[in-house]
Amino acid sequence: MQLPEAEHLIATLAETMRPRVTADTCLVGIHTGGVWLAERLHALLGLSQPLGSIDVSFYRDDYAAKGLHPQPQGSRIPFDVEDAHIVIVDDVLYTGRTTRAALNELFDYGRPSRVDLAVLIDRGGRELPIAPSFCALTLPAPLPAGQNLQLERDATGALTMRLIHA
Amino acid sequence: MRNPQLNKHGELQHLLTLDGLPRAIINQILDTAAPFTEVAEREVKKLPLLRGKSVFNLFFENSTRTRTTFEIAAKRLSADVINLNVATSSTKKGETLLDTVDNLCAMHADMFVVRHESSGAPHLIAQHLENTGRDHIHVVNAGDGRHAHPTQGLLDMYTIRHYKKEFHNLTVAIVGDVLHSRVARSQIAALTTLGVPEVRVIGPRTLLPTDVEKMGVRYCATMEEGLKGVDVVMMLRLQNERMNGALLPSPQEFFKVWGLTAEKLALAKPDAIVMHPGPMNRGVEIDSAVADGGQAVILPQVTFGIAVRMAVMSMLGGSH
Repeated sequence: MQLPEAEHLIATLAETMRPRVTADTCLVGIHTGGVWLAERLHALLGLSQPLGSIDVSFYRDDYAAKGLHPQPQGSRIPFDVEDAHIVIVDDVLYTGRTTRAALNELFDYGRPSRVDLAVLIDRGGRELPIAPSFCALTLPAPLPAGQNLQLERDATGALTMRLIHA
Repeated sequence: MRNPQLNKHGELQHLLTLDGLPRAIINQILDTAAPFTEVAEREVKKLPLLRGKSVFNLFFENSTRTRTTFEIAAKRLSADVINLNVATSSTKKGETLLDTVDNLCAMHADMFVVRHESSGAPHLIAQHLENTGRDHIHVVNAGDGRHAHPTQGLLDMYTIRHYKKEFHNLTVAIVGDVLHSRVARSQIAALTTLGVPEVRVIGPRTLLPTDVEKMGVRYCATMEEGLKGVDVVMMLRLQNERMNGALLPSPQEFFKVWGLTAEKLALAKPDAIVMHPGPMNRGVEIDSAVADGGQAVILPQVTFGIAVRMAVMSMLGGSH
């Protein structure tokens, strides 16, 4: 598969979001790729609220089967969630389970007025009724389960998409 | 022989002692504890990890701080917590420890937090669970006799790491009644495992184990010698309840020689931190001016204790 260029997708995603965000919109990136992406979107969209981040390790639905992730990063929500417009940002949308976990976690901080989901790539394969509000690229056919698509960041801060065969 | 605290995948199965616990596991606990510290600042101070699990606090010996912080930790992880008041329980009517455990297992316990006046009691319970094929049930030692108090040792390591960042360049002094202290044993085991190059113990020879040097520490006969240039001062409580016979002249005499005063603390590095596992005997092992002073991190220790206990319980709850 020809991998799309991440930098190009980020610009597309920001333009898709622009008409639907205000200066008070709050972004929350999901560790780790989503946090990098949220940093970019935050700058491109000129948002004024500080950036949030979520590590869903403590909310995953496979904890009972797989145990705790060995190095949880923790979550940082540096704004008031109550009545805020929040966009959850992730690099790749797959089963929807991570988004479910992030939503649950977010609501433990307060009741937002609206929550959207922005992703760079929708790879298909949903297992929950979750759909992105903003998406730069939807793959024409779902990626096979053994493959993993993720965002990577090099030393200069440049972002690229990488396909990993498990 | 397999480490009885780890399962066949090398994950934490029980937390019984820090003696022999691999450095990687200790670091994993400390790393896991860090994000738990911010849960207290949320609107909903709860995480769903132990939802639907039952944690039994089995305290055969009195404790307020430890039992309370274990209870808070378990509740923040959404577990159901059952506190057993053992003073009024069946043990007093003659039930054995393992019969008590079997009965609680029949009530579908998932985790036991055990404090016992006999060294080895939590280990006995863990072995019993394993021998009877109930390896989905976990045991946390909350202090057994003079043996170990691993979560206290871990929260102390978390506190040191929080203030000092690294372990490899530190000099740490442990002061007071090492002989009766399970806290000191756990601290020494953890400090050694984490690579602290110099651990000193200071105290009257009557309150130190005879073979204290074999624990990898340096014995210092005076406060002046022991406190000089240290980064961390870990005070111990004088354990009157564990003493048989006359080991000490009087609390006043003890304070005069071994009590931590501002004057003695001045021998340590200017940025040295002062720790105490609590409860403090003011005017016996520590002067109020030090306990309430700017170098004391005694109350942060208590707060960190909740996060560290959450880390231990969430790692146990997720191991198989």
